[in-house]
Amino acid sequence: MTISRRTLLASATAAASAAPFARARAQTPTIKIGVLNDQSGPYTNTGGVTSVICAKQALEDFGVSTKGMNVEVISADHQNKPDLAVSIARQWFDRDGVDMLLDVPTSSVALAVQSVVREKNKVYLNSGAASSALTGEQCSPNFVHWTYDTYMLAKSTGGAMVKAGGDSWYFLTADYAFGKQLQSDTTALVKAAGGSVKGASLYPFPGTTDFSSFLVQAQSSGAKILGLANAGGDTVNSIKQAHEFGLNSSMKIAALLMFITDVHALGLEVASGLNLTESFYWDLNDKTRAFTNRVKAKTPNNWPNMAHAGCYSATLHYLKTVHDMGVAEAKKDGVATVNRMKAMPVEDDCFGKTKIREDGRNLTPAFLFEVKKPSESKGPWDYFKLVASQTGEEAYRPLADGHCPFIKA
Amino acid sequence: MFGFSRPQLIAFLAMVALIVVLPFVLYPVFLMRVLTTALFACAFNLMIGYVGLLSFGQAAFYGMGAYVSAWTIKNWHVDASVAIALGGLTGGVLGLALGYLAIRRSGIYFAMITLALAQMVYFFCLEAPFTGGEDGIQQVPRGHLFGVIDLSNDMTMYWLVAAVFLGGFLLIHRIIHSPFGQVLKGIRENEPRTTSLGYRTDDYKLIAFVLSCTLAGVAGGTKALVFGIATLTDVNSSTSGEIVLTTLLGGLGTVFGPAMGAVVITTMENYLAQMGAWVTVIQGAIFMFCVLSFRRGIVGEIGNLLKLKL
Amino acid sequence: MQAILSTSFSFFGTNVTIAALLGQGTLGLINGAFYACLSLGLAVIFGMLNIINFAHGALFMMGAFASWMLLNYLGIGYFPALILSPILVGLFGIFLEKTIISRLYKLDHLYGLLLTFGLSLVVQGLFRNYYGSSGLPYQIPQVLQGATYIGFMYMPNYRGWVVLAALFVCVATWAIIEKTPLGATLRAATENAPLVQAFGVNVPRLITLTYGGGIALAAFAGVLAAPIYSVNPNMGDNFINVVFAVVVIGGMGSIMGSIVTGFALGVIEGMTKVVYPQASATVVFVVMVIVLLTKPRGLFGKAA
Repeated sequence: MTISRRTLLASATAAASAAPFARARAQTPTIKIGVLNDQSGPYTNTGGVTSVICAKQALEDFGVSTKGMNVEVISADHQNKPDLAVSIARQWFDRDGVDMLLDVPTSSVALAVQSVVREKNKVYLNSGAASSALTGEQCSPNFVHWTYDTYMLAKSTGGAMVKAGGDSWYFLTADYAFGKQLQSDTTALVKAAGGSVKGASLYPFPGTTDFSSFLVQAQSSGAKILGLANAGGDTVNSIKQAHEFGLNSSMKIAALLMFITDVHALGLEVASGLNLTESFYWDLNDKTRAFTNRVKAKTPNNWPNMAHAGCYSATLHYLKTVHDMGVAEAKKDGVATVNRMKAMPVEDDCFGKTKIREDGRNLTPAFLFEVKKPSESKGPWDYFKLVASQTGEEAYRPLADGHCPFIKA
Repeated sequence: MFGFSRPQLIAFLAMVALIVVLPFVLYPVFLMRVLTTALFACAFNLMIGYVGLLSFGQAAFYGMGAYVSAWTIKNWHVDASVAIALGGLTGGVLGLALGYLAIRRSGIYFAMITLALAQMVYFFCLEAPFTGGEDGIQQVPRGHLFGVIDLSNDMTMYWLVAAVFLGGFLLIHRIIHSPFGQVLKGIRENEPRTTSLGYRTDDYKLIAFVLSCTLAGVAGGTKALVFGIATLTDVNSSTSGEIVLTTLLGGLGTVFGPAMGAVVITTMENYLAQMGAWVTVIQGAIFMFCVLSFRRGIVGEIGNLLKLKL
Repeated sequence: MQAILSTSFSFFGTNVTIAALLGQGTLGLINGAFYACLSLGLAVIFGMLNIINFAHGALFMMGAFASWMLLNYLGIGYFPALILSPILVGLFGIFLEKTIISRLYKLDHLYGLLLTFGLSLVVQGLFRNYYGSSGLPYQIPQVLQGATYIGFMYMPNYRGWVVLAALFVCVATWAIIEKTPLGATLRAATENAPLVQAFGVNVPRLITLTYGGGIALAAFAGVLAAPIYSVNPNMGDNFINVVFAVVVIGGMGSIMGSIVTGFALGVIEGMTKVVYPQASATVVFVVMVIVLLTKPRGLFGKAA
């Protein structure tokens, strides 16, 4: 009887932890890439499984098998929780031999993981998160911010709308770090261009589905532009309800962060006329179309947006760098790998030629799109028409203004 | 000793043996997560299992303990032991304040009040500048213990966490097997009769509540130091819900149930993270299964099979 | 009139015009109609069955999804969906009751709560896996589009319809339970089931139908919500907290309590959005604590 109870307790724990014993000892060192993003919450379609698929596509396009490299891609759901992400990242680095962390949307999670990567001296390529602080005060030599950020969004969407005559703004802001950052980046731009901010409504995040009260306040403020400093489901809801209240006839709506996947969820009926910025669009040129054709069969219901394309591009460049350095060298030192990535020019089908700046900012182009009317759309996911574009150099915050601590002025 | 019956003593020694041996074969950070969750669950079990009060807001105390420990060690560079103690103290003081309000009600109303109060604490944490809002308090150093022992080594930290857990575990057990604990049991079995015996039941309930919250604060503070981060998740209602599930799964009102529940739940979370979207479905299914056919929980069922009280 | 409506004054520190205040109050009432309708089902289930149905939000979501599915798979539009969707989801509710819920009647409230909480996780998780979480589009029916000027604000016609529909359903439910023989039998069955059974009434079937009815109410609210909120698997989460507060404040089991409290909380929340919007999600809980401490059985609750 004594033995059985002890055995029960012991076997329960042993059974639960059987997996760690199976540590594969590969002959050649394996490069392991860990895709960490939201797979069950509000950002599932913006990142999720499609990011993993795009990362794996990069392996295929690079031709890992022909180059004699062993590369593995694993993924996990961080459920938008910083502490869960930290513990997954730790485990990946300590026990599972992961060398590169990829995607990580949700700015609070992205920031939390920054210090773990630095501590373990690995590589961190973020495609999904927005906060410009990641290459500002929270920058790190192990880190590259690949696809976009709040400054670029504010400058592109905000800047364009101000130029078009939208000199008075009212913000609908998700009350947390990302929303507030987006609002402040955009406000700075609006004011610099001579415009004014009539007011703002900070609503509880997460948890708000009804924006009618804030929208009516926006309407009565008399502002010309409604700036949506939010993302995902909140953006979709605010736009839907703005239409309901006839706001779109008296104000223009600036969706400061919106992906093609959100437009898909909204439907063209409601979304047409919206202005948004992405650094990638599948139908932009022959190369982007070619990339999308390679990927879309594997993710037919969710075509790639800029975050997904970023995962592809980042992985491809990482593999090129690792091949150049040698696998053993790359595994040893994350900072050295990132430095090499910054030294080598970046080029791929998604973003064309870009360059990674010293503070870790990848200078992708910024494209301002307008959503087509249903009559203008000729096929599936044919949603955007290009309105304006900026090069990578123009789109992002100047290096000096970021106050990144490890950059020697 | 400590009021363990013979089978319980054997189980306790087995548990200690596992705690001592496992860090050499398993990942210590994972085990530390198990231990802090187990302490939190044991503290929760004190309320639900022995006093019969279901609180839906325990995350408030756990999370505030985490925030205070994180903040004090990061900004005031206090000793790790002080940081954890302050976390516990925060839990206790908050428990006293909120408990004073909530204790007047019982049953489902008590659960609802604790839920509502915890939501208000969440809101406070969301808006207050010191908590860092969405980002939480990050890059929290582990610091030093008693000024000399450096805790940045995972193994060293593990021994501290193990000590904290065992200390808390034994403290709870001691409380239950004391005259005070007997009164609590009386309250759970038949409160009016206990009152008629002359005991001021509300006071007893409040003291038990404060103890539970203090230990929850200790668990939270320890967790913050282990992972170097304290976030809104720690005060979220889903954390409250999770600790209910953990204790239920392990066995409400049993001695070793909460710890067992913590082992299973943490392991599940760990290995299911790779399964992404199915985690919530599986958690929900387990909840349902437990309620329908497994009400005694793992340890409860084992105890029932072996005709023992574990 | 215009002059009166335009007078500006300080409302808890924020400057508003009377027009704006009326507008926000009306919006709050619209939300309140939602809350009332949604919490009605919950109140019925708790009052009649003593089950705390945490799955209510998930079933509300199923109602919205059902109307989306009816439209996209069968071409059935909004108005038929108002009837069909509650029936479909109500049937699912009956299935649940027969297989799972009925096992909980003899147990402590806690278990009902935990089981239905688990159920909501499973349902939401499954929908999420299949449909993603970005949400699906569902348009406002043609005839209800547009907005009408009601003197101090533009009221979207659809929202006006929501208030009327919700009010109708609430009053109808209240009337059925409080004023009809069926309702009387139901109330009697919850007080003393064996006795009512002895009178020849099939009590288990009555209970099953009641549960199905409560679920159908949630699904109805879901159909109302589909055109204005994003049809996504998590849509119930945001409502469940408020709805629980409504039921608790109103008095668990009191139909009138839920209706009145639903509307009242909608207005209170609306006012908070003007003055201190960040707190609009939490004000409900503040009210709940105050009510629970002063009137423990809720505003309209029955003693014991």
